[in-house]
Amino acid sequence: MKKVTIEPVTRVEGHGKVTIHLDDNMNVAQTRLHIVEFRGFERFVQGRPYWEAPVLVQRLCGICPVSHHLAAAKALDVIVGAGTGYGLTPTGEKMRRLMHYGQMFQSHALHFFHLASPDFLLGYDADPAIRNVIGVALNFPELAVQGVMMRKFGQEIIEHTAGKKVHGTGAIPGGINKNLSIEERDIFLKGADPLNVDKMIDWAYSAVQFFKDYYMKNREFVDNFAHFPSNHLSLVRKDGALDLYHGVIRAVDAEGNKILNDVDYQEYYKYIEEEVRSWSYMKFPYLKHLGKEKGWYRVGPLARLNTCDFIPSKLAQQEFEIFKAHTQGKPNNYCLHTHWARLIELLHSAEVIKDLLNDPDLQKNDLVTKGTKQKEGVGLVEAPRGTLFHHYRINDDDQIVMANLIVSTTNNNEPMNQSVNFVAKKMMNGQATITEPMKNAVEIAIRAYDPCLSCATHALGKMPLDIKMYDSKGNELDHYRS
Amino acid sequence: MKKTLIYGYGNAGRQDDGLGERFIQLMDEWIGKEKIENVFTDCNYQLNIEDAATIADYETVIFVDASVEDIENFKLEKVVPNDATIEFTMHAVSVSYVLDLCRKIYNKQPETYVMHIKAYEFEFVEELTLKAEENLNAAFEFIKMFMRKS
Repeated sequence: MKKVTIEPVTRVEGHGKVTIHLDDNMNVAQTRLHIVEFRGFERFVQGRPYWEAPVLVQRLCGICPVSHHLAAAKALDVIVGAGTGYGLTPTGEKMRRLMHYGQMFQSHALHFFHLASPDFLLGYDADPAIRNVIGVALNFPELAVQGVMMRKFGQEIIEHTAGKKVHGTGAIPGGINKNLSIEERDIFLKGADPLNVDKMIDWAYSAVQFFKDYYMKNREFVDNFAHFPSNHLSLVRKDGALDLYHGVIRAVDAEGNKILNDVDYQEYYKYIEEEVRSWSYMKFPYLKHLGKEKGWYRVGPLARLNTCDFIPSKLAQQEFEIFKAHTQGKPNNYCLHTHWARLIELLHSAEVIKDLLNDPDLQKNDLVTKGTKQKEGVGLVEAPRGTLFHHYRINDDDQIVMANLIVSTTNNNEPMNQSVNFVAKKMMNGQATITEPMKNAVEIAIRAYDPCLSCATHALGKMPLDIKMYDSKGNELDHYRS
Repeated sequence: MKKTLIYGYGNAGRQDDGLGERFIQLMDEWIGKEKIENVFTDCNYQLNIEDAATIADYETVIFVDASVEDIENFKLEKVVPNDATIEFTMHAVSVSYVLDLCRKIYNKQPETYVMHIKAYEFEFVEELTLKAEENLNAAFEFIKMFMRKS
């Protein structure tokens, strides 16, 4: 058996390695996505005062610290007796929502324009030297500017709601520590073109149309790239609406049957188990009642649009109906349609941001709710990449004695492995040589999930694409380095 | 003095990776105390594409980051767009990438440097190692001299 190693996976947050084992006929026998996940964080927070958690956990990730900040704050809302999501003051909840949808907006914009669009605009088999955002900037300068400015807009929303860009302190147990002044609000409502919310809605709408246009021209490629049946899991609002900040857990199977019927996430541990496999640090979550083989599920934009009944904003709902019609209302299991779903969420996020900015509750001063202290709390949010779980238990001295985090990318572990396997077999079976476009195709499959594997530490230095081929005896046959 | 941005980046929650942020704290104190005009600061976890828009507004930009390169204590390096390397390994991007993107979409090319400060440990600790702290102070004194001359 021969082995191809792709390490690390490029344009993916953190470190990943793909090994593809080939048999003597050069057919793919086995594939694995190995994750060098950063470990030890759950232990690190033990012994720290519980109120530090929303700030501490941002160190998990440099790309979605807001998601960790809010998931931790929601868990601590329960601990301080402020309830589970609906117990906050209107200002507290809406400021957090504004922060969260700002994060969603910037993250989705970054992923599409910076990480995914080069494959669509320039071709997955284009010269890798130009298959990047610089190539996009040269060939599609308007799109490149839009990507940059959408990121900037979302980042500035975060800064004005979380207090600062790094280690924001906006969300605190039971609420928020600031409101949004009229002056701050008007930065986003009436900002000079293009940094205002109306322009962001226009651009987000255009991005959805861009993808649909691309899809109509490349339907065969998009639909056949990687598709396989799976379960889908996310939060939904109690009435079934898409809600990225709060709700109940719903899971559906590949046919759309509800397999978790809107359960309270405070009891997530009754429904979800995590499996450890020896070859990866990242666990494999699954629904207990279905078991390891049938209980794995997808999270993220595609899953969210498969679980929710509708989207509570006008333009995004229109696009949702088109999206759902494609699969006759059934769950969509096409991996590359994740980009389509992500862009619909981008549009929805911009619409929600506008609605929130026009809400006078953001200028009120009732920021924090207090209640009877509890010893344990669970917080969930829909992070850009999918459902994020934070679970804490404290002692009588207010110290954290237990922390359990299930991050979005962990939830997508099995689906990412399934996608790699699908694409590797399709592209590499029977091929005498592994070409760069073949390897990029494997990466495209992973990138669709926008995984965030670990990123808190960085330093100057390069991280090349490293690919090795081995024969059945472990001898190196080929070594590719970008 | 030319309109200058000093931009530190890194994760202060990971020991010496916080050198960039710590440098900006020192710089802010200095700017306030000496009433330095036309010099601005910023900091973040990591660089990203919107920083191309940020640096387009300045004549000179000095990025400050922790470094694991083989240097003694610090190194100031001039960055030119021609040296831009395409690094897609993470959501974060490099200085040369930001500069190249700035040039291509805004047609601006600020004079850009990176101050590499030697880092040693990256554990879940908020304080710098003693050696990194020494390197930080040496780099800060150097930059003050550098800016006074420029």
